[in-house]
Amino acid sequence: MKAPKTHNIYSPEYECMSRDALRELQNERLRRVVKHEYDNVAIYRERMDAKGIKPEDIKTVDDLRYLPFTNKTDLRDTFPFGLLAVPKRDIVRIQGSSGTTGKPIVSGYTENDVEVWTEMVARAIVAAGGGKDDIVQVCYGYGLFTGGLGAHQGATRIGAMTVPMSSGNTQRQILMMKELGSTMLCCTPSYAIYIGETVRDMGLDPKKDLRLKSGCFGAEPWTEEMRQRLEELLDIDACDIYGLTEIAGPGVSFECLEKKGMHVNEDHVIPEIIDPVTEEPLPYGTAGELVFTTITKEGMPMLRYRTHDICVLHDEPCACGRTTVRMGRITGRTDDMLVIRGVNVFPSQIESVLVSVKGVSPFYMLIVDRVHSTDSLEVQVEIEENSFSDTVSALENIRNEISEKVKSVVGISAKITLVSPKSLPRSEGKAKRVIDNRKL
Amino acid sequence: MNMTVKQISVFIENKPGTMVSITDALGTAGIDIRAMSLADTQDFGILRLIVSDTEKARAALASIGCVTSVTDVIAAVLPDTPGAMSGMVRLLAKNNINIEYMYAFISNTDKKAYIVLRIKDTDTAVKVLTDAGFSLAKSIN
Ligand SMILES: [Zn+2]
Repeated sequence: MKAPKTHNIYSPEYECMSRDALRELQNERLRRVVKHEYDNVAIYRERMDAKGIKPEDIKTVDDLRYLPFTNKTDLRDTFPFGLLAVPKRDIVRIQGSSGTTGKPIVSGYTENDVEVWTEMVARAIVAAGGGKDDIVQVCYGYGLFTGGLGAHQGATRIGAMTVPMSSGNTQRQILMMKELGSTMLCCTPSYAIYIGETVRDMGLDPKKDLRLKSGCFGAEPWTEEMRQRLEELLDIDACDIYGLTEIAGPGVSFECLEKKGMHVNEDHVIPEIIDPVTEEPLPYGTAGELVFTTITKEGMPMLRYRTHDICVLHDEPCACGRTTVRMGRITGRTDDMLVIRGVNVFPSQIESVLVSVKGVSPFYMLIVDRVHSTDSLEVQVEIEENSFSDTVSALENIRNEISEKVKSVVGISAKITLVSPKSLPRSEGKAKRVIDNRKL
Repeated sequence: MNMTVKQISVFIENKPGTMVSITDALGTAGIDIRAMSLADTQDFGILRLIVSDTEKARAALASIGCVTSVTDVIAAVLPDTPGAMSGMVRLLAKNNINIEYMYAFISNTDKKAYIVLRIKDTDTAVKVLTDAGFSLAKSIN
Protein backbone atom coordinates (compact mmCIF):
# COMPACT_ATOMS: atom_id res chain seq x y z
CA MET A 1 0.00 0.00 0.00
CA LYS A 2 1.58 3.24 -1.08
CA ALA A 3 1.59 6.33 1.12
CA PRO A 4 -1.11 8.91 0.35
CA LYS A 5 0.66 11.86 -1.26
CA THR A 6 0.30 14.26 1.63
CA HIS A 7 2.89 16.85 2.45
CA ASN A 8 3.29 16.97 6.19
CA ILE A 9 6.17 19.16 7.33
CA TYR A 10 7.87 18.71 10.69
CA SER A 11 9.43 22.18 11.07
CA PRO A 12 7.58 24.47 8.67
CA GLU A 13 9.08 27.54 10.37
CA TYR A 14 12.47 26.51 8.96
CA GLU A 15 11.66 24.19 6.07
CA CYS A 16 9.31 26.69 4.43
CA MET A 17 11.17 29.90 5.31
CA SER A 18 11.44 32.58 2.63
CA ARG A 19 14.78 32.39 0.82
CA ASP A 20 15.72 35.86 2.08
CA ALA A 21 14.99 35.07 5.71
CA LEU A 22 16.84 31.79 5.38
CA ARG A 23 19.87 33.53 3.88
CA GLU A 24 19.84 36.00 6.81
CA LEU A 25 19.70 33.10 9.28
CA GLN A 26 22.57 31.34 7.48
CA ASN A 27 24.70 34.51 7.45
CA GLU A 28 24.26 34.99 11.16
CA ARG A 29 24.92 31.32 11.99
CA LEU A 30 27.92 31.18 9.66
CA ARG A 31 29.55 34.21 11.32
CA ARG A 32 29.08 32.62 14.70
CA VAL A 33 30.39 29.18 13.73
CA VAL A 34 33.46 30.52 11.92
CA LYS A 35 34.46 32.44 15.04
CA HIS A 36 33.82 29.35 17.17
CA GLU A 37 36.03 27.28 14.84
CA TYR A 38 38.80 29.87 14.65
CA ASP A 39 38.91 30.22 18.42
CA ASN A 40 38.77 26.53 19.29
CA VAL A 41 40.22 24.35 16.51
CA ALA A 42 43.93 24.67 15.78
CA ILE A 43 43.72 23.31 12.22
CA TYR A 44 41.05 25.79 11.19
CA ARG A 45 42.89 28.70 12.78
CA GLU A 46 46.20 27.78 11.11
CA ARG A 47 44.59 27.37 7.69
CA MET A 48 42.68 30.64 7.93
CA ASP A 49 45.82 32.43 9.12
CA ALA A 50 47.74 30.95 6.19
CA LYS A 51 45.13 32.45 3.83
CA GLY A 52 45.21 35.72 5.75
CA ILE A 53 41.56 35.46 6.71
CA LYS A 54 40.09 36.51 10.05
CA PRO A 55 36.64 35.41 11.27
CA GLU A 56 35.38 38.99 10.95
CA ASP A 57 36.14 38.90 7.19
CA ILE A 58 33.38 36.34 6.77
CA LYS A 59 30.14 38.28 6.76
CA THR A 60 27.76 36.37 4.47
CA VAL A 61 27.35 33.03 2.75
CA ASP A 62 28.96 34.60 -0.34
CA ASP A 63 32.23 34.82 1.60
CA LEU A 64 32.37 31.04 2.05
CA ARG A 65 34.60 30.78 -1.02
CA TYR A 66 37.46 32.41 0.87
CA LEU A 67 37.51 29.74 3.56
CA PRO A 68 39.76 26.66 3.47
CA PHE A 69 38.40 23.17 2.77
CA THR A 70 38.31 20.26 5.19
CA ASN A 71 38.95 16.71 4.04
CA LYS A 72 38.38 13.23 5.37
CA THR A 73 42.15 12.96 5.82
CA ASP A 74 41.92 15.79 8.36
CA LEU A 75 39.62 13.64 10.48
CA ARG A 76 42.06 10.74 10.20
CA ASP A 77 45.12 12.84 10.93
CA THR A 78 43.56 14.41 14.02
CA PHE A 79 41.84 11.20 15.16
CA PRO A 80 40.09 11.00 17.52
CA PHE A 81 39.63 14.39 19.17
CA GLY A 82 41.81 16.86 17.25
CA LEU A 83 38.90 18.61 15.55
CA LEU A 84 36.78 19.02 18.68
CA ALA A 85 35.71 22.62 19.22
CA VAL A 86 34.42 22.02 22.75
CA PRO A 87 35.92 20.40 25.86
CA LYS A 88 35.70 16.59 25.78
CA ARG A 89 33.33 16.59 28.73
CA ASP A 90 30.69 18.35 26.63
CA ILE A 91 30.61 15.49 24.14
CA VAL A 92 27.73 13.10 24.81
CA ARG A 93 28.04 10.83 21.76
CA ILE A 94 30.62 9.40 19.43
CA GLN A 95 29.64 8.07 16.00
CA GLY A 96 31.95 7.04 13.26
CA SER A 97 32.71 4.88 10.32
CA SER A 98 34.95 1.87 10.31
CA GLY A 99 36.80 2.97 7.21
CA THR A 100 37.96 0.28 4.84
CA THR A 101 41.61 1.19 5.13
CA GLY A 102 43.66 2.47 8.01
CA LYS A 103 42.31 4.52 10.87
CA PRO A 104 38.61 4.91 11.44
CA ILE A 105 37.07 8.36 11.64
CA VAL A 106 34.85 9.53 14.45
CA SER A 107 32.73 12.56 15.14
CA GLY A 108 31.84 13.94 18.58
CA TYR A 109 28.34 15.27 19.28
CA THR A 110 27.26 17.64 22.04
CA GLU A 111 23.78 17.23 23.47
CA ASN A 112 22.59 19.92 21.07
CA ASP A 113 24.28 18.22 18.11
CA VAL A 114 22.35 15.01 18.83
CA GLU A 115 19.21 17.13 19.11
CA VAL A 116 19.80 18.81 15.73
CA TRP A 117 20.57 15.48 14.04
CA THR A 118 17.44 13.92 15.56
CA GLU A 119 15.34 16.78 14.22
CA MET A 120 16.82 16.41 10.75
CA VAL A 121 15.84 12.73 10.61
CA ALA A 122 12.42 13.50 12.08
CA ARG A 123 11.89 15.93 9.19
CA ALA A 124 12.91 13.20 6.73
CA ILE A 125 10.55 10.57 8.13
CA VAL A 126 7.65 13.04 8.21
CA ALA A 127 8.44 14.02 4.60
CA ALA A 128 8.21 10.34 3.64
CA GLY A 129 4.68 10.26 5.08
CA GLY A 130 5.54 9.26 8.65
CA GLY A 131 3.75 10.28 11.84
CA LYS A 132 2.70 9.22 15.29
CA ASP A 133 0.57 6.35 14.01
CA ASP A 134 3.41 4.70 12.14
CA ILE A 135 5.42 1.63 13.00
CA VAL A 136 8.95 2.29 11.77
CA GLN A 137 11.21 -0.70 11.29
CA VAL A 138 14.85 0.33 11.35
CA CYS A 139 17.10 -2.17 9.61
CA TYR A 140 20.16 0.00 9.26
CA GLY A 141 23.01 -1.35 11.37
CA TYR A 142 23.12 0.03 14.90
CA GLY A 143 26.43 1.04 16.44
CA LEU A 144 29.07 3.56 15.46
CA PHE A 145 27.52 3.71 11.98
CA THR A 146 24.99 6.56 12.04
CA GLY A 147 22.25 4.77 10.08
CA GLY A 148 20.63 2.74 12.85
CA LEU A 149 20.67 5.23 15.70
CA GLY A 150 19.91 8.15 13.38
CA ALA A 151 16.72 6.61 12.04
CA HIS A 152 15.88 5.34 15.52
CA GLN A 153 16.12 8.79 17.11
CA GLY A 154 14.15 10.45 14.33
CA ALA A 155 11.36 7.88 14.41
CA THR A 156 11.14 8.08 18.20
CA ARG A 157 11.06 11.88 18.03
CA ILE A 158 7.93 11.96 15.86
CA GLY A 159 6.24 9.55 18.27
CA ALA A 160 6.21 6.61 15.89
CA MET A 161 6.46 3.07 17.22
CA THR A 162 10.13 2.33 16.57
CA VAL A 163 11.35 -1.20 15.91
CA PRO A 164 15.15 -1.39 16.29
CA MET A 165 15.85 -4.50 14.18
CA SER A 166 19.31 -3.48 12.96
CA SER A 167 20.47 -5.21 9.78
CA GLY A 168 20.67 -8.89 8.92
CA ASN A 169 18.58 -11.97 9.57
CA THR A 170 16.27 -11.11 6.74
CA GLN A 171 13.64 -13.79 7.30
CA ARG A 172 13.20 -12.64 10.88
CA GLN A 173 12.98 -9.03 9.68
CA ILE A 174 10.12 -10.04 7.43
CA LEU A 175 8.30 -12.04 10.08
CA MET A 176 8.45 -9.08 12.48
CA MET A 177 7.34 -6.76 9.70
CA LYS A 178 4.34 -9.00 9.12
CA GLU A 179 3.43 -9.64 12.75
CA LEU A 180 3.86 -6.05 13.95
CA GLY A 181 2.38 -4.56 10.80
CA SER A 182 5.33 -2.23 10.23
CA THR A 183 4.29 0.69 8.04
CA MET A 184 7.69 2.21 7.28
CA LEU A 185 11.14 0.88 6.57
CA CYS A 186 14.53 2.53 7.04
CA CYS A 187 17.55 0.77 5.52
CA THR A 188 19.92 0.84 2.56
CA PRO A 189 18.15 0.57 -0.81
CA SER A 190 20.06 -2.56 -1.80
CA TYR A 191 19.08 -4.24 1.45
CA ALA A 192 15.47 -3.14 0.94
CA ILE A 193 15.51 -4.78 -2.49
CA TYR A 194 16.94 -7.91 -0.93
CA ILE A 195 14.16 -7.85 1.69
CA GLY A 196 11.65 -7.44 -1.15
CA GLU A 197 13.10 -10.38 -3.05
CA THR A 198 13.07 -12.50 0.09
CA VAL A 199 9.44 -11.52 0.78
CA ARG A 200 8.58 -12.87 -2.67
CA ASP A 201 10.72 -15.99 -2.16
CA MET A 202 8.85 -16.69 1.06
CA GLY A 203 5.63 -16.68 -0.94
CA LEU A 204 4.30 -13.54 0.73
CA ASP A 205 2.29 -10.87 -1.06
CA PRO A 206 3.18 -7.37 0.20
CA LYS A 207 -0.29 -6.13 -0.73
CA LYS A 208 -1.97 -8.71 1.50
CA ASP A 209 0.58 -9.80 4.04
CA LEU A 210 2.43 -6.56 4.81
CA ARG A 211 1.35 -3.05 5.77
CA LEU A 212 4.39 -1.13 4.54
CA LYS A 213 3.63 2.18 2.85
CA SER A 214 6.94 3.99 2.53
CA GLY A 215 10.52 4.26 3.71
CA CYS A 216 13.68 6.33 3.90
CA PHE A 217 16.51 4.65 2.02
CA GLY A 218 20.08 5.85 1.95
CA ALA A 219 23.71 5.36 2.99
CA GLU A 220 24.63 4.34 -0.56
CA PRO A 221 24.07 5.78 -4.01
CA TRP A 222 21.19 4.30 -5.99
CA THR A 223 19.23 4.88 -9.16
CA GLU A 224 15.68 5.61 -10.33
CA GLU A 225 15.51 2.08 -11.67
CA MET A 226 16.40 0.66 -8.27
CA ARG A 227 13.66 2.86 -6.82
CA GLN A 228 11.12 1.45 -9.27
CA ARG A 229 12.14 -2.10 -8.48
CA LEU A 230 12.03 -1.48 -4.74
CA GLU A 231 8.64 0.23 -4.95
CA GLU A 232 7.25 -2.65 -6.98
CA LEU A 233 8.71 -5.41 -4.84
CA LEU A 234 7.36 -4.01 -1.58
CA ASP A 235 4.47 -1.90 -2.92
CA ILE A 236 5.72 1.26 -1.20
CA ASP A 237 6.93 4.80 -1.83
CA ALA A 238 10.71 4.86 -1.53
CA CYS A 239 12.26 8.19 -0.54
CA ASP A 240 15.96 8.91 -0.74
CA ILE A 241 17.81 10.17 2.33
CA TYR A 242 21.38 11.46 2.42
CA GLY A 243 23.89 12.12 5.11
CA LEU A 244 27.35 11.52 6.38
CA THR A 245 28.82 11.10 9.82
CA GLU A 246 31.19 14.02 9.40
CA ILE A 247 28.24 16.40 9.00
CA ALA A 248 25.66 14.70 11.29
CA GLY A 249 24.49 11.38 9.87
CA PRO A 250 21.45 10.54 7.74
CA GLY A 251 19.02 13.42 7.37
CA VAL A 252 21.37 16.10 6.08
CA SER A 253 19.00 16.04 3.12
CA PHE A 254 15.94 13.99 2.30
CA GLU A 255 13.21 13.55 -0.29
CA CYS A 256 9.57 14.43 0.19
CA LEU A 257 6.89 12.28 -1.47
CA GLU A 258 7.32 14.31 -4.68
CA LYS A 259 10.57 12.32 -5.03
CA LYS A 260 12.26 15.03 -7.05
CA GLY A 261 15.52 15.55 -5.22
CA MET A 262 16.54 15.78 -1.58
CA HIS A 263 15.70 18.87 0.47
CA VAL A 264 18.81 20.08 2.27
CA ASN A 265 18.35 21.12 5.90
CA GLU A 266 19.75 24.54 5.10
CA ASP A 267 19.13 26.00 8.54
CA HIS A 268 21.84 23.62 9.78
CA VAL A 269 24.17 23.15 6.82
CA ILE A 270 25.17 25.20 3.78
CA PRO A 271 25.71 23.13 0.64
CA GLU A 272 28.03 24.20 -2.18
CA ILE A 273 28.98 22.57 -5.47
CA ILE A 274 32.59 22.98 -6.54
CA ASP A 275 34.71 21.92 -9.45
CA PRO A 276 36.74 19.05 -7.91
CA VAL A 277 39.85 20.06 -9.83
CA THR A 278 39.90 23.88 -9.72
CA GLU A 279 38.01 23.95 -6.37
CA GLU A 280 35.99 26.94 -7.61
CA PRO A 281 32.29 27.15 -6.63
CA LEU A 282 29.85 26.26 -9.41
CA PRO A 283 26.33 27.65 -9.93
CA TYR A 284 23.14 25.72 -9.17
CA GLY A 285 22.29 23.28 -11.93
CA THR A 286 25.89 22.30 -12.63
CA ALA A 287 27.22 18.90 -11.58
CA GLY A 288 30.24 18.95 -9.31
CA GLU A 289 31.52 17.94 -5.92
CA LEU A 290 29.23 18.53 -2.98
CA VAL A 291 30.72 20.52 -0.08
CA PHE A 292 29.05 21.15 3.27
CA THR A 293 29.61 23.74 5.96
CA THR A 294 27.84 23.05 9.23
CA ILE A 295 26.40 26.16 10.86
CA THR A 296 24.85 24.87 14.07
CA LYS A 297 27.20 22.04 15.01
CA GLU A 298 29.11 22.58 18.24
CA GLY A 299 31.19 19.46 18.95
CA MET A 300 32.99 18.92 15.66
CA PRO A 301 31.88 21.64 13.27
CA MET A 302 32.91 21.17 9.64
CA LEU A 303 34.22 23.99 7.53
CA ARG A 304 33.68 23.41 3.76
CA TYR A 305 33.84 19.65 4.14
CA ARG A 306 34.52 17.93 0.81
CA THR A 307 32.16 14.96 0.47
CA HIS A 308 33.69 13.73 -2.83
CA ASP A 309 30.09 13.00 -3.88
CA ILE A 310 29.11 14.27 -7.32
CA CYS A 311 25.65 15.80 -7.68
CA VAL A 312 23.64 18.85 -8.76
CA LEU A 313 21.88 21.44 -6.55
CA HIS A 314 18.78 23.29 -7.66
CA ASP A 315 16.49 25.81 -6.03
CA GLU A 316 13.23 25.61 -7.99
CA PRO A 317 10.26 25.62 -5.61
CA CYS A 318 8.92 22.17 -4.69
CA ALA A 319 5.25 21.21 -4.80
CA CYS A 320 5.49 20.11 -1.17
CA GLY A 321 5.86 23.70 0.02
CA ARG A 322 9.40 23.42 1.33
CA THR A 323 11.65 26.24 0.16
CA THR A 324 14.97 24.54 0.76
CA VAL A 325 17.48 23.77 -1.96
CA ARG A 326 17.34 20.23 -3.30
CA MET A 327 20.18 17.99 -4.35
CA GLY A 328 19.88 15.44 -7.16
CA ARG A 329 20.98 11.86 -6.84
CA ILE A 330 24.63 11.20 -6.15
CA THR A 331 25.86 10.23 -9.59
CA GLY A 332 29.42 9.37 -8.69
CA ARG A 333 32.35 9.80 -6.36
CA THR A 334 35.39 11.85 -7.19
CA ASP A 335 37.45 9.20 -5.39
CA ASP A 336 35.56 6.21 -6.91
CA MET A 337 36.81 7.30 -10.23
CA LEU A 338 38.73 4.50 -11.88
CA VAL A 339 41.37 5.34 -14.41
CA ILE A 340 41.34 2.50 -16.92
CA ARG A 341 43.63 2.72 -19.93
CA GLY A 342 43.89 6.42 -19.17
CA VAL A 343 40.13 6.96 -19.30
CA ASN A 344 38.17 8.23 -16.28
CA VAL A 345 35.44 5.72 -15.47
CA PHE A 346 32.73 6.17 -12.84
CA PRO A 347 30.91 3.02 -11.71
CA SER A 348 27.70 5.05 -11.91
CA GLN A 349 28.17 5.33 -15.67
CA ILE A 350 28.21 1.55 -15.98
CA GLU A 351 25.18 1.35 -13.74
CA SER A 352 23.29 3.80 -15.95
CA VAL A 353 24.03 1.54 -18.92
CA LEU A 354 22.85 -1.59 -17.13
CA VAL A 355 19.54 -0.14 -16.03
CA SER A 356 18.80 0.76 -19.64
CA VAL A 357 19.22 -2.83 -20.84
CA LYS A 358 16.29 -5.22 -20.65
CA GLY A 359 16.99 -8.65 -19.21
CA VAL A 360 19.63 -7.79 -16.64
CA SER A 361 19.34 -6.62 -13.04
CA PRO A 362 20.97 -3.46 -11.61
CA PHE A 363 23.33 -5.64 -9.56
CA TYR A 364 26.82 -5.64 -10.98
CA MET A 365 30.47 -5.94 -10.13
CA LEU A 366 33.35 -4.27 -11.92
CA ILE A 367 36.62 -6.15 -12.01
CA VAL A 368 39.66 -4.22 -13.10
CA ASP A 369 42.89 -6.03 -13.81
CA ARG A 370 46.16 -5.51 -15.58
CA VAL A 371 47.45 -8.25 -17.85
CA HIS A 372 50.66 -7.73 -19.86
CA SER A 373 50.65 -4.08 -18.79
CA THR A 374 47.22 -3.48 -20.34
CA ASP A 375 44.23 -2.60 -18.16
CA SER A 376 41.14 -4.71 -18.55
CA LEU A 377 37.62 -4.09 -17.33
CA GLU A 378 35.15 -6.86 -16.74
CA VAL A 379 31.51 -6.10 -15.98
CA GLN A 380 29.70 -8.92 -14.23
CA VAL A 381 25.97 -8.51 -14.29
CA GLU A 382 23.10 -10.68 -13.17
CA ILE A 383 20.60 -11.83 -15.76
CA GLU A 384 17.01 -11.38 -14.80
CA GLU A 385 15.18 -14.54 -13.82
CA ASN A 386 12.05 -13.91 -15.89
CA SER A 387 13.86 -12.94 -19.04
CA PHE A 388 16.05 -16.04 -19.36
CA SER A 389 15.14 -17.93 -22.50
CA ASP A 390 16.52 -21.11 -24.04
CA THR A 391 18.58 -19.61 -26.84
CA VAL A 392 22.21 -18.55 -26.79
CA SER A 393 21.47 -15.73 -29.19
CA ALA A 394 19.10 -14.01 -26.72
CA LEU A 395 21.88 -13.88 -24.12
CA GLU A 396 24.48 -12.89 -26.70
CA ASN A 397 22.24 -10.02 -27.78
CA ILE A 398 22.06 -8.76 -24.21
CA ARG A 399 25.82 -9.00 -23.92
CA ASN A 400 26.42 -7.17 -27.16
CA GLU A 401 23.98 -4.44 -26.25
CA ILE A 402 25.74 -3.84 -22.92
CA SER A 403 29.13 -3.99 -24.56
CA GLU A 404 28.23 -1.42 -27.21
CA LYS A 405 26.58 0.92 -24.73
CA VAL A 406 29.52 0.74 -22.31
CA LYS A 407 31.84 1.54 -25.16
CA SER A 408 29.80 4.56 -26.21
CA VAL A 409 29.11 5.91 -22.70
CA VAL A 410 32.46 5.23 -21.06
CA GLY A 411 34.70 5.18 -24.08
CA ILE A 412 36.46 1.89 -23.42
CA SER A 413 35.57 -1.67 -24.26
CA ALA A 414 34.79 -4.10 -21.48
CA LYS A 415 34.30 -7.82 -21.18
CA ILE A 416 30.69 -8.47 -20.22
CA THR A 417 30.00 -11.56 -18.13
CA LEU A 418 26.46 -12.67 -17.42
CA VAL A 419 26.00 -14.38 -14.09
CA SER A 420 23.08 -16.06 -12.34
CA PRO A 421 20.45 -14.00 -10.55
CA LYS A 422 21.24 -13.25 -6.88
CA SER A 423 24.79 -14.52 -7.25
CA LEU A 424 26.52 -11.17 -6.72
CA PRO A 425 26.88 -9.94 -3.15
CA ARG A 426 23.97 -7.97 -1.68
CA SER A 427 25.43 -5.79 0.95
CA GLU A 428 23.67 -4.74 4.10
CA GLY A 429 25.82 -1.64 4.31
CA LYS A 430 27.44 0.16 1.42
CA ALA A 431 27.54 -2.04 -1.65
CA LYS A 432 31.02 -2.83 -2.90
CA ARG A 433 30.88 -2.84 -6.66
CA VAL A 434 34.49 -2.58 -7.73
CA ILE A 435 37.34 -5.03 -7.39
CA ASP A 436 40.61 -3.56 -8.57
CA ASN A 437 43.21 -6.33 -8.92
CA ARG A 438 45.84 -4.14 -10.52
CA LYS A 439 49.20 -4.26 -8.82
CA LEU A 440 50.67 -0.89 -9.56
CA MET B 1 -3.57 -32.62 -29.67
CA ASN B 2 -0.30 -31.56 -28.11
CA MET B 3 2.56 -32.92 -30.18
CA THR B 4 5.44 -31.31 -28.29
CA VAL B 5 7.50 -32.17 -25.24
CA LYS B 6 8.72 -29.95 -22.39
CA GLN B 7 12.38 -29.02 -22.34
CA ILE B 8 14.13 -27.30 -19.44
CA SER B 9 16.90 -24.82 -20.20
CA VAL B 10 19.39 -24.03 -17.47
CA PHE B 11 21.69 -21.00 -17.41
CA ILE B 12 25.24 -22.13 -16.68
CA GLU B 13 28.02 -19.85 -15.58
CA ASN B 14 31.29 -21.03 -16.98
CA LYS B 15 32.95 -22.14 -13.79
CA PRO B 16 34.11 -25.50 -12.54
CA GLY B 17 31.66 -27.73 -10.71
CA THR B 18 28.46 -26.28 -12.14
CA MET B 19 27.53 -29.38 -14.14
CA VAL B 20 28.31 -31.63 -11.19
CA SER B 21 26.01 -29.73 -8.87
CA ILE B 22 23.22 -29.81 -11.46
CA THR B 23 23.39 -33.54 -12.09
CA ASP B 24 23.72 -34.16 -8.35
CA ALA B 25 20.63 -32.09 -7.60
CA LEU B 26 18.59 -33.93 -10.23
CA GLY B 27 19.88 -37.31 -9.06
CA THR B 28 19.00 -36.58 -5.44
CA ALA B 29 15.50 -35.56 -6.48
CA GLY B 30 15.11 -38.89 -8.27
CA ILE B 31 14.82 -37.36 -11.73
CA ASP B 32 15.82 -39.24 -14.87
CA ILE B 33 17.49 -37.30 -17.64
CA ARG B 34 16.06 -38.52 -20.96
CA ALA B 35 18.02 -36.20 -23.22
CA MET B 36 20.52 -33.46 -22.80
CA SER B 37 22.47 -31.01 -24.86
CA LEU B 38 24.84 -28.22 -23.94
CA ALA B 39 25.22 -25.04 -25.94
CA ASP B 40 28.10 -23.01 -24.73
CA THR B 41 30.07 -19.91 -25.48
CA GLN B 42 33.35 -18.95 -23.91
CA ASP B 43 31.65 -17.43 -20.89
CA PHE B 44 28.34 -19.11 -20.32
CA GLY B 45 26.30 -22.03 -21.46
CA ILE B 46 22.73 -23.20 -21.72
CA LEU B 47 22.04 -26.75 -20.71
CA ARG B 48 18.92 -28.20 -22.28
CA LEU B 49 17.26 -31.16 -20.66
CA ILE B 50 14.30 -33.39 -21.24
CA VAL B 51 13.53 -35.13 -17.96
CA SER B 52 11.08 -37.51 -16.36
CA ASP B 53 9.38 -34.82 -14.25
CA THR B 54 9.75 -31.25 -15.51
CA GLU B 55 8.24 -29.39 -12.55
CA LYS B 56 10.12 -31.42 -9.96
CA ALA B 57 13.35 -30.89 -11.88
CA ARG B 58 12.81 -27.12 -12.00
CA ALA B 59 12.22 -27.05 -8.26
CA ALA B 60 15.37 -29.08 -7.63
CA LEU B 61 17.38 -26.72 -9.85
CA ALA B 62 15.90 -23.61 -8.26
CA SER B 63 16.92 -24.93 -4.85
CA ILE B 64 20.57 -24.81 -5.91
CA GLY B 65 20.16 -21.32 -7.35
CA CYS B 66 19.86 -22.18 -11.04
CA VAL B 67 17.76 -20.11 -13.41
CA THR B 68 15.61 -22.19 -15.70
CA SER B 69 12.98 -21.76 -18.35
CA VAL B 70 10.67 -24.26 -19.99
CA THR B 71 10.17 -24.47 -23.74
CA ASP B 72 7.96 -26.66 -25.92
CA VAL B 73 10.09 -28.54 -28.41
CA ILE B 74 9.31 -31.06 -31.10
CA ALA B 75 10.79 -34.55 -30.68
CA ALA B 76 10.52 -36.35 -34.00
CA VAL B 77 11.26 -40.04 -34.44
CA LEU B 78 14.02 -40.38 -36.99
CA PRO B 79 13.18 -43.22 -39.42
CA ASP B 80 15.88 -45.84 -39.73
CA THR B 81 16.54 -45.08 -43.39
CA PRO B 82 19.52 -43.42 -45.06
CA GLY B 83 19.06 -39.69 -45.63
CA ALA B 84 16.12 -39.42 -43.22
CA MET B 85 17.67 -36.56 -41.30
CA SER B 86 18.50 -34.40 -44.30
CA GLY B 87 15.04 -35.12 -45.67
CA MET B 88 13.51 -33.69 -42.50
CA VAL B 89 15.69 -30.60 -42.52
CA ARG B 90 15.05 -30.00 -46.24
CA LEU B 91 11.31 -30.35 -45.69
CA LEU B 92 11.34 -27.67 -43.02
CA ALA B 93 13.52 -25.37 -45.12
CA LYS B 94 11.19 -25.78 -48.09
CA ASN B 95 8.34 -24.60 -45.87
CA ASN B 96 10.33 -21.60 -44.68
CA ILE B 97 10.61 -22.94 -41.16
CA ASN B 98 13.70 -21.85 -39.32
CA ILE B 99 15.37 -24.25 -36.87
CA GLU B 100 16.74 -22.37 -33.89
CA TYR B 101 18.66 -25.40 -32.69
CA MET B 102 18.43 -29.18 -32.78
CA TYR B 103 19.99 -32.19 -31.13
CA ALA B 104 19.57 -35.93 -31.24
CA PHE B 105 19.28 -38.69 -28.69
CA ILE B 106 18.35 -42.36 -28.48
CA SER B 107 15.53 -43.33 -26.20
CA ASN B 108 16.38 -45.89 -23.54
CA THR B 109 13.01 -47.58 -23.69
CA ASP B 110 12.04 -47.82 -27.36
CA LYS B 111 15.64 -47.63 -28.64
CA LYS B 112 14.54 -45.21 -31.35
CA ALA B 113 16.56 -42.19 -32.46
CA TYR B 114 14.85 -38.85 -31.84
CA ILE B 115 15.60 -35.41 -33.21
CA VAL B 116 14.70 -32.54 -30.90
CA LEU B 117 13.80 -29.40 -32.84
CA ARG B 118 13.36 -25.93 -31.43
CA ILE B 119 11.25 -23.89 -33.79
CA LYS B 120 9.56 -20.55 -33.17
CA ASP B 121 6.34 -21.43 -34.94
CA THR B 122 5.88 -24.88 -33.45
CA ASP B 123 2.32 -25.40 -34.69
CA THR B 124 3.22 -24.98 -38.36
CA ALA B 125 6.22 -27.26 -38.00
CA VAL B 126 4.13 -29.93 -36.29
CA LYS B 127 1.65 -29.81 -39.16
CA VAL B 128 4.33 -29.95 -41.85
CA LEU B 129 6.12 -32.86 -40.19
CA THR B 130 3.04 -34.94 -39.44
CA ASP B 131 1.62 -34.31 -42.91
CA ALA B 132 4.89 -35.67 -44.31
CA GLY B 133 4.48 -38.79 -42.21
CA PHE B 134 6.98 -38.17 -39.44
CA SER B 135 5.87 -39.38 -36.04
CA LEU B 136 6.25 -36.97 -33.15
CA ALA B 137 6.60 -37.87 -29.49
CA LYS B 138 3.95 -36.68 -27.03
CA SER B 139 6.27 -37.51 -24.19
CA ILE B 140 9.62 -39.18 -23.75
CA ASN B 141 9.74 -42.23 -21.54
ZN1 LIG C 1 9.50 18.69 -1.68
